Amino acid sequence: MEGTAKQEVIRQLQEKILKLEGFKPHTGILNRIDFGLADIESAFPFGTFPTAAVHEFISPTAVHATATNGFIASIVAKLMHAGNFCLWISTKRSLSPIGLTHFGIAPHQVIFVDITQHKDALWVMEQALKCNALAAVVAEMEEVSFSESQRLQLAVEKSNVTGFLHRRRPRHENTLACVSRWKIRSIASRVPDGLPGVGYPTWEVSLEKVRNGRPGKWQVSWQNNQLVHLSKEAITRTARPNHEQYA
Amino acid sequence: MPRRYMCIWLPFFGTDRAEKEQPERRKAPFVLTLAQNGRVKIQAANRPALQEGISCGMVLADAQAILPQLESAIYDANSLNQTLQALGEWCIRFAPIVDLQAPDGIVLDISGCTHLWGGEEKYGNHIIDRIAQGGYQAQAAIADTIGAAWAAARHTTRLSIIPKTQQAQALSGLPPAALRISLQIQQRLHKLGFRYIEEFMHIPKSTLRRRFGDELIYRLGQALGTEQEHISLIEPIPSYQERLSCLEPISTCTGIQTALEQLLTTLCDRLRKEGKGLRQAVFRGYRIDGNVQTIHIGTGRASSNPTHLFKLFDLKVPNIEPALGIELFVLEATLTENSILPQEGLWQTKGGQSEIAELLDNIAAKIGSGSIHRFLPSAHHWPERTIEPTSSLDTQPQSDWPSHALRPLHLLAHPEPIEVMVPLPDYPPALFRHRKKIYKLVKADGPERIEQEWWISDEQPRDYYRVEDEKGARYWLFRSGYYGQGDPEWFLHGYFT
Repeated sequence: MEGTAKQEVIRQLQEKILKLEGFKPHTGILNRIDFGLADIESAFPFGTFPTAAVHEFISPTAVHATATNGFIASIVAKLMHAGNFCLWISTKRSLSPIGLTHFGIAPHQVIFVDITQHKDALWVMEQALKCNALAAVVAEMEEVSFSESQRLQLAVEKSNVTGFLHRRRPRHENTLACVSRWKIRSIASRVPDGLPGVGYPTWEVSLEKVRNGRPGKWQVSWQNNQLVHLSKEAITRTARPNHEQYA
Repeated sequence: MPRRYMCIWLPFFGTDRAEKEQPERRKAPFVLTLAQNGRVKIQAANRPALQEGISCGMVLADAQAILPQLESAIYDANSLNQTLQALGEWCIRFAPIVDLQAPDGIVLDISGCTHLWGGEEKYGNHIIDRIAQGGYQAQAAIADTIGAAWAAARHTTRLSIIPKTQQAQALSGLPPAALRISLQIQQRLHKLGFRYIEEFMHIPKSTLRRRFGDELIYRLGQALGTEQEHISLIEPIPSYQERLSCLEPISTCTGIQTALEQLLTTLCDRLRKEGKGLRQAVFRGYRIDGNVQTIHIGTGRASSNPTHLFKLFDLKVPNIEPALGIELFVLEATLTENSILPQEGLWQTKGGQSEIAELLDNIAAKIGSGSIHRFLPSAHHWPERTIEPTSSLDTQPQSDWPSHALRPLHLLAHPEPIEVMVPLPDYPPALFRHRKKIYKLVKADGPERIEQEWWISDEQPRDYYRVEDEKGARYWLFRSGYYGQGDPEWFLHGYFT
């Protein structure tokens, strides 16, 4: 009896801390956006994908970057449901607007900002994150330092815009003040009964870090405008470390 | 109140303008011509041409028979009118009320202006000299009535001043054509032997009206001052300019920002009242050593929001070098547009386009507008031409985005050549080599043939394959050209997710 009371106190305290850290449980149905992430959502605090935060994605090669952009696009599409604009900042853009239609994004609702200077890209991202008329801000760049990411986090806390920081071929994977760190890898597509041809886009999504959540690894496939989980046996959930220090 | 008018006549307006463009025309006989009723007629001739006996209204062929080396150009009435309009606007500096007398005259209401130049003679000479500096020969006359000034400007010397109430004497020695009457009446007067205005000036009106109609009476009255004549004035283009002079020279950043803020508030208030928005603006700081520091901004959409405009300027304020101090600030809107006032929303939704427009302005001001892109679908099936850029935030696509075929998420700007191993012609490749790395392919879809759009280009068609390698990466490859017609080339064009 005493033990359950203690647990309840701890649970309430944890919720309080989460609220202080900016995570809000979505109470109303209207507020809640269904990201279609299915099982992945259980990894997040309160079981919802954290909006109004900056997510970090790391991709070491061009192939990984494509898979990562596909995954980001599938989430951004849900954020843009009300016909809002999204800003896509890149230093070396190869993203094709036509390809976004496949993920449910109307490409004319995306504003591309192509920048050559890394410093400018960060400035644009910070400015964009302060503009709460945008649905989401995606930035593709190489290096970001911890203090730079702190600035982005501060901007996001005021405006409630969701930011996606996609680091392509970073020299080292330094810690950032982001809410999560993802790595998306494309894996062999599955074709039923050995039929010829290429199947649906299939990815291995690994959530390496998430603040107040449980990191994990999932295999998903993008089929008919939704994420579908592949066989359960591939999922290997990593144990939660005892004490993790994130920014 | 008695008024004084000045008429300026530019006798060689058309040819002077053409000579300004090509100064070598000045020496030789030169005419401007216009095709009328199947004949090319001379509309304007310069002084050397007139001296050779060529006059306006002659047929060009006749004139060239007299003078084979005669140069000619086309008479462009529209651009001449624009030039005259510009000249009229320029004349507003001499008198507040200015009107044009097309095709080659300007009339100024100079009542109460001339004493600033030290009398009518100095005033008139000054204007004629200034116009001559600009490359136009001018003649002018000052009189109590527009009619008299018009007549004197065209029929006497360089500058003639008709003293107050003496227009009757001045007109008496001039031919009837000086009265701005139609050619028909001029000819009838000539037929009846009236060579000068004085010969019919004192004939009773009723007699004149019976013979020549109302027009002659009316024009004569206007010249003598018994009939009223109104002029429609040229409206000067409103300049959106605000000035702020400082008691002490300003040399700090905060000082400059305060000045800028003040100027912006007053300018934006004015713009908002007139329903306008600013597209381009320039902020100048006049330094005490005579130097002028300038910063420019531009907006993507007409704006009269001072805080937003301030932000745009603020990015550039560090470029100002105040040195010893700035004593005068001038803010001018160089380009304005009518702005559509935003409708108040009943429910404030999250689609604030103006906020995004302001954000993009900020980005454009810092990095350059060339870095911002938005795309609309374009009705082409060739992969490189399926999108077209648009510069506006409001344009909506005219056609749907193509969704029938799978297109890669990452498309290379230029297809990169690869080497492939193909087991059989028209089969998908079994492996390809790109940048010295070998990729073994296990799955493939295709081919999807994309033909060239023959109305744009006549190069080879492409056969696209969607392939997957053993690691799970998916690529978009294509073969350019057909088998059996030389060696087909292979390229990597994109990455699928």
